Amino acid sequence: MLLEVKDLHASIDGKEILRGINLEIRPGEVHAIMGQNGSGKSTLSQVLAGRDIYEVTKGQVLLNGEDLLEMEPEERAHAGLFLAFQYPVEIPGVGNSYFLRAALNANRKARGEEELDGVSFLKLIRSKIELLKMDKSFLKRSLNEGFSGGEKKRNEMLQMAVLEPKLAILDETDSGLDIDALKIVANSVNALRNTERSFVVITHYQRLLNHIVPDYTHVVADGRIVKTGGKELALRLEEEGYDWLKQEAASA
Amino acid sequence: MSQKTDFITSIKEDFAAVSQARAAVEPDWLKGLRETAFARFESMGIPTTKHEDWKYFSLKKLTKKTFPSATQTQGLSISSSDLSAKYPGSFGKYNVVFVDGHFDADLSSLEGLPKGITASSLQDALQGEQADAVKTELMKQLDRNDLHVFSALNLAMFSGGAWVSVAKNAVVEEPIHMVYLSTAKGEEQAHHTRSLIVAEANSQASFTEHFVSLEGGSAWTNAVTEFVVAENAHIDHVKVQEENQETFHISNMQVEQARSSTFASCAFSLGGLLVRNDIGAALLGEGIECTLNGFFSADGEQVVDNHTFIDHAFPHCNSYETYKGVLDGKGSGVFNGKILVRQDAQKTDAKQNNQALLLSDDAQMSSKPQLEIFADDVKCTHGATSGFLNKEAMFYLQARGIPKSEARGLLTFAFANDVVGGVKHEALREYLENFLILRFRDQ
Repeated sequence: MLLEVKDLHASIDGKEILRGINLEIRPGEVHAIMGQNGSGKSTLSQVLAGRDIYEVTKGQVLLNGEDLLEMEPEERAHAGLFLAFQYPVEIPGVGNSYFLRAALNANRKARGEEELDGVSFLKLIRSKIELLKMDKSFLKRSLNEGFSGGEKKRNEMLQMAVLEPKLAILDETDSGLDIDALKIVANSVNALRNTERSFVVITHYQRLLNHIVPDYTHVVADGRIVKTGGKELALRLEEEGYDWLKQEAASA
Repeated sequence: MSQKTDFITSIKEDFAAVSQARAAVEPDWLKGLRETAFARFESMGIPTTKHEDWKYFSLKKLTKKTFPSATQTQGLSISSSDLSAKYPGSFGKYNVVFVDGHFDADLSSLEGLPKGITASSLQDALQGEQADAVKTELMKQLDRNDLHVFSALNLAMFSGGAWVSVAKNAVVEEPIHMVYLSTAKGEEQAHHTRSLIVAEANSQASFTEHFVSLEGGSAWTNAVTEFVVAENAHIDHVKVQEENQETFHISNMQVEQARSSTFASCAFSLGGLLVRNDIGAALLGEGIECTLNGFFSADGEQVVDNHTFIDHAFPHCNSYETYKGVLDGKGSGVFNGKILVRQDAQKTDAKQNNQALLLSDDAQMSSKPQLEIFADDVKCTHGATSGFLNKEAMFYLQARGIPKSEARGLLTFAFANDVVGGVKHEALREYLENFLILRFRDQ
């Protein structure tokens, strides 16, 4: 089992957002998470990554059997967790190249591997930069500074490709992307899919799931997972909305 | 007797002593100038924290000691190639070097100056072809009704300084470097230097000033730098102050600009125990552009106070100020940015921005934008923010595996390095960047 989330409750400013999330992810699986605004989808991803503005009030999370909630955000990254942010922050003055190499080397160091020097690093990312169609000036620019929404999302994918996580959580990576950008994002995810690596794809729109076909689809409502199904579930939600789910829950 | 009285008494005695020594070498008018200046200083007195402009900057630590003027240092162990290796951005082809406030001919390099620029020590200039011009500039100071108290003292006491004159239409590519070295010599001494730069119409030149302590030990730097920028002249200036943590640095930079001229300055306050920089720019014509940027760092018990004053006296002038500071430990920062827009100064565009990054709970920043606007068709924006490291940015870096302390260093460096981006000379930019990397990023 790669990730086990057991009865996870979390609040922000005293307001409870996650009200008992249960989730099991095995290596090699792709899980889609859908839900309406305010359902708790993003909160789940932030809590898993370790954002301290959220308080975990109950529950447990194990990553490869280790207590994830006890780890600092950087330790979670070292353990193989990656969160592609919904709204990646701009950090002027921190170069894209410097940042990526620092992140990669921090992870390598934590794993007892040798750090990469500048030349080797550039070799490593060259092909990935091309794949993600990043602008030539990308490396010289500051982290996400002046990037369009699409560029920011592609930068998240680039980082994912470089860091090679065990569990990648994509928080609405498709929001605001046109078809072409969407395909680039999907390709970068699919290029990383293997029997060891798992993905949690949080999305608002079903379209992405045509390209990144999930093994499971979960629906989050009011801070809980209220339904789990296959890829057809996402299609049904897109066509019919969420009302039928609420009726189902009411009659249960 | 209070300590301050001891301090003033010691200065009086010092003045009497050096005046005697100088009487033989200096012309009468200079002797008279110094006496008048000293009387002015005495009547103004050492400011206390009751003075509005010195509210957050106490001089107690300075006035507790006594600082006789330094004598000329003999047998310095450092060479010009040492300086060149150590400070590549501020020591190059043309250098005017001062050791403990005295011009050092051996370390300076003033041969082969390009056509259109004259540079020498102030003392030499007073005996050269431009003696009258120097005299005019010095005498002018007494006519000011806003003569700064320490500038008055400096006028009375200065033992050395640079004189640079850029001729009409001259465009000088190579920067002129002024280097002020402090040896401390284990005794507490004062270094009064006064550098004058006059740029005539349509000229263009750049300058660097570097204040550095060669060893530990307390000293008092009382430095004045004056720029006269004529019509359509363009001057660039970078100041780096990295004296040791026992040094008192009081500096005064005055800029006078004529129509259509530009003056861009960036000042880095990286050392010293008590640092007070007063900068004044008088925009005396239309279409002038004035940029005063700065970065300061205060840690431990350091206090860094930057007081700026930009006087928009004519229409259509632009002024830009960005001051950024990093405060740690019990460090204290002060920024007071005064902008006067006189009644006739329509279409003024003045932008002022002051940002402070507080890294500790005890660090302090006092910010006072002071806008006095008497014209009615102007654009004046000002912003002052003091805050801690951006939490979102910290989380982003940590979420990528960068440890908290490294993330802190990286963000602090990014904040500071922003100001370095404005430095035009690559060697100096690299020097400053490396300094900031060592101080903030790679700790």
